[in-house]
Amino acid sequence: MGSNMAECHPVGFQWVMEAKLRGARVIHVDPRFTRTSAVADTFVALRAGSDIAFLGAIVNYILSNGREFREYVTAYTNASAIIDERFQDTEDLDGLFSGWDADKQAYSQESWQYAGMTVAASAGHREGAPQGEAHGYGAKLTSGEPPQADPTLQDPRCVFQILKRHYARYTPELVEELCGVPKEQFLDVAEALCANSGRERTGAICYAVGWTQHTVGVQYIRTAAIIQLLLGNMGRPGGGILALRGHASIQGSTDIPTLYNILPGYLPMPHAAVHQTLADYIEANTAPAGFWGHADAYFISLLKAWWGDAATADNDYGYDRLPFITGDHSAYRTILDMLDGKVAGYFVLGENPAVGSANGGLHRRAMAKLDWLVVRDLVEIETATFWKEGPEIDTGELRPADIGTEVFFLPAAAHTEKDGSFTQTQRMLQWHHKAVEPQGDCRSELWFYWHLGRIIREKLAASTAERDRAVLDLTWDYPLVGETQGPSGPLSGMGDPDAAAVLREINGVGPDGRALPGYTALKADGSTASGCWIYSGCYADEVNQTARRKPGQEQNRYALEWGWAWPSNRRVLYNRASADPSGKPWSERKRLVWWDEQAGKWIGDDVPDFVVDKRPDYVPPEGAKAEQALRGDEPFIMQTDGKGWLYAPSGLLDGPLPTHYEPQESLFTNPLYAQQSNPARQTFRRRFNRYNDQDPAGTYPFVMTTYRLTEHHTAGGMSRFLSHLSELQPEMFCEVSPALAAQRRLVNGGWATITSARTAIEARVLVTDRVKPLRVQGRELHQVGLPYHWGWKGLARGDAANDLFALALDPNVHIQEVKAATCDIRPGRRPR
Amino acid sequence: MTTTAPTTTSPTRMGFFTDTSICIGCKACEVACKEWNNVPEDGLNFLGTSYDNTGGLSADTWRHVAFIEQKVAAPSTGPELDPQAPAQAGDSGVRWLMSSDVCKHCTHAACLDVCPTGALFRTEFDTVVVQQDVCNGCGYCVPACPFGVIDKREADGRVWKCTLCYDRLKSDLEPACAKACPTQSIQFGPLDELRERAANRVGVLREAGVADAHLYGADETDGVGGFGAFFLLLDKPEVYGLPPDPVVTTRDLPQMWKAAAGAAAALFGTVAAACLRRR
Repeated sequence: MGSNMAECHPVGFQWVMEAKLRGARVIHVDPRFTRTSAVADTFVALRAGSDIAFLGAIVNYILSNGREFREYVTAYTNASAIIDERFQDTEDLDGLFSGWDADKQAYSQESWQYAGMTVAASAGHREGAPQGEAHGYGAKLTSGEPPQADPTLQDPRCVFQILKRHYARYTPELVEELCGVPKEQFLDVAEALCANSGRERTGAICYAVGWTQHTVGVQYIRTAAIIQLLLGNMGRPGGGILALRGHASIQGSTDIPTLYNILPGYLPMPHAAVHQTLADYIEANTAPAGFWGHADAYFISLLKAWWGDAATADNDYGYDRLPFITGDHSAYRTILDMLDGKVAGYFVLGENPAVGSANGGLHRRAMAKLDWLVVRDLVEIETATFWKEGPEIDTGELRPADIGTEVFFLPAAAHTEKDGSFTQTQRMLQWHHKAVEPQGDCRSELWFYWHLGRIIREKLAASTAERDRAVLDLTWDYPLVGETQGPSGPLSGMGDPDAAAVLREINGVGPDGRALPGYTALKADGSTASGCWIYSGCYADEVNQTARRKPGQEQNRYALEWGWAWPSNRRVLYNRASADPSGKPWSERKRLVWWDEQAGKWIGDDVPDFVVDKRPDYVPPEGAKAEQALRGDEPFIMQTDGKGWLYAPSGLLDGPLPTHYEPQESLFTNPLYAQQSNPARQTFRRRFNRYNDQDPAGTYPFVMTTYRLTEHHTAGGMSRFLSHLSELQPEMFCEVSPALAAQRRLVNGGWATITSARTAIEARVLVTDRVKPLRVQGRELHQVGLPYHWGWKGLARGDAANDLFALALDPNVHIQEVKAATCDIRPGRRPR
Repeated sequence: MTTTAPTTTSPTRMGFFTDTSICIGCKACEVACKEWNNVPEDGLNFLGTSYDNTGGLSADTWRHVAFIEQKVAAPSTGPELDPQAPAQAGDSGVRWLMSSDVCKHCTHAACLDVCPTGALFRTEFDTVVVQQDVCNGCGYCVPACPFGVIDKREADGRVWKCTLCYDRLKSDLEPACAKACPTQSIQFGPLDELRERAANRVGVLREAGVADAHLYGADETDGVGGFGAFFLLLDKPEVYGLPPDPVVTTRDLPQMWKAAAGAAAALFGTVAAACLRRR
């Protein structure tokens, strides 16, 4: 669901096809019948934006039919935990949870907690509500003291019962009315999932941006997590939830983040309001139990990796040299600030926001307000040329003469032209070697940023200002390899930093200067350094473990010697859950790791994701800390309570349980609650970002959704400029059903104009039975499919689908809602 | 029969088995083929025929993925209790067939028969290849192909088609399309092995209820003596734009020549008799 894996991840999809050949049943749930649907055993068409209702109904199906894996649920999830008596559900408050502050448009989460305590979110604390408000961090789960719990799962305030009540109205009938999915078809899918789970069987759920790009995006995935925990599909072979990434190493770009609110290894970025000192930061982010109990070691090792000898206990390891956040500084917030003239400069690398981000027109207008813009890409993409070409230039709304933005276009090297690693969805790092030298002035990102840093450091060399120590004290001493050609031969000192040396720095070194074996060796006393704690071990034994390529047929099916997966080369996270509380596999068929009493340790086909010699019957002694404060039968070792969270008492800004809300733009009223849309979503009511929320079905009577095609790559920078890919999908098109085509007199192969509250674009028309009208709340619903690859540059050109969409964001991760919005469609080309 | 019984120099005939039942339509084969063989762009045309904007095989397209959208029976409804039971294709009311077409490398190849220069030849792998430095662009082979595969590149006058990556085969590499195929829809190997594997696969599919699964071009007794590149199809060949009963176009040439010779002899006799009579 929420993924078109065959089209967007064809290489990974080979394993789905292999599973299918071995008898797995493949079910595809999506607004459109895609190439994935074509090879699936079952296809279910549903209304874009209605997935939580569908998934919530599966939760209800499991609970009301007693289909949960009861022993797993009781032992390994927080089903039995008792929740604070002040907690009120959306069922009680007509679509709101307790704690809603209408003035701040945000939740206070105090009433969501386990009774009598506050639980820390696993990856530290979020930066706060959209307004930048920070959370209070009260009492914490203390070691050896489990939360109040009812192992019989009968207490009305226990998570299990709350879950039951929360989803009681998510029935097959509701699915039919809300999602447009026939009841029988829904029951078929729900039963298939249940029948394929338990001791002997497991099922996996794959998703991609079809789930995340909604104003309730994070909660979509949470619903899947609830299903997988109830069915016992987490930490077991063939189970799990696979997040299919947008392109190569998107996983890597959150592990070693390009995001504003986290540091490497999911350590939170310090917040100016609550993390004034290193001690504040460590106090706030070090959990009393679980492996986040060593956040201090991870964090101080990071500071040591960055500032080396200049990071000492006396100066708090350079803590105050870090940037601090004060609220939401996400990409879209920054664009809006840019539009308001508050942003001077902008680096764009490997992205094409002029056509690739929601509301492209707003992006182009915003970039026109910059002083300078650096674009590094393989080709001269739209983001580098928005000032002279594009819709606003065509209409005269922007004139090149009026745009003061100085644009620096710098050609980039492709992955074949540089060494480095990719991290894929299984958290596996795979090294790639430079095959050819980059042409002309093309250079790697590593080259660009290292030399930029070098030049800045040279310019600041004489500075005595304390603020410049952050840059001057950086460890910036990678060996250089290769050379850069100047007009008369190689330029001295202009080689590429050795990517393997960077990986080794990320892995970390101990006091002896040798590569560390893994993150458990990290210390909080400044004696170790590591650029990203979860990656520690990728260079163990001074070997680039990510470059290992032992063929799969020469090792067990987990292929532990192919690449390297974080953490500690574990291929299945939380795999302690593949064994029962006593340490025996739930079944022989699905065994993965188990307790070997004789050897006194966990063994198996994968690297155990557990303290290897911690007995299944281990009970933490008084005063135990971190992982030692978790019992031997608590597999979710990153959580403070060692449990899989059916209910999230902390960590999410829009509720502890996923709830169906309508998209920002919807043709339907929420049949479940008076609260129409996610109350905590981020909206920006301003010029160039209008919403269609006054007259939902009148002017824009159809639902539109965006997606990708196999033939192109995201916003087109890597595909629209190549003839061999462009000829396969040469023009922007839209997909409509024959019924909608008849209603709007659209002709296959002809032109259509698609309009939204933002703008109008044109596209060629593809009339296809693969898009079909759905029956929702007694009305016929038409959906318009829009691939988003195009722009005005390259060989294959066309209007950008993203121009049609508004900025309306999920509050947790600030992702845009481009998978469901409203539009109209008319025959013919757009006005010029 | 024709005169083109293969003169095999290698004991093993190599070929393709394209299993369309597991094709995901990614077109990696088309792109890999063009990359490896340096095949030029074939036109930037939106065709409005499902996801196919290539149209068919040509001098500039040596692998072509066909996309066929079919309306099928209404969605099945009853809950499926056995997760292992294969669902019926028809759950959604739509079936989307995808198939990667390629030169068939016929056992009896008419293109080879009619080539006057010897540019077309049969390789040691029993494949049919154009030698571009010999081809004079006469174009006789173009109408001779029963599948419409071989084609003249207008800009350079010569004919071009799949070589089954002859250069890669000589270096013990599999053809680019098979290498790039993520789902092993395109399989390369000794033809005997491929035929056996394909027959098994048809058996599995039929057992699973896919009654129409069948092999196309695996039969040595067909009109071209079997293909070196054969297919597993899920519908009739004509649905995919393939001839249902291809026949080597040079099959009747001997008889035609015999008839023509007879007619010539008769004509000669008549003329001779007339001349004699006049004398």
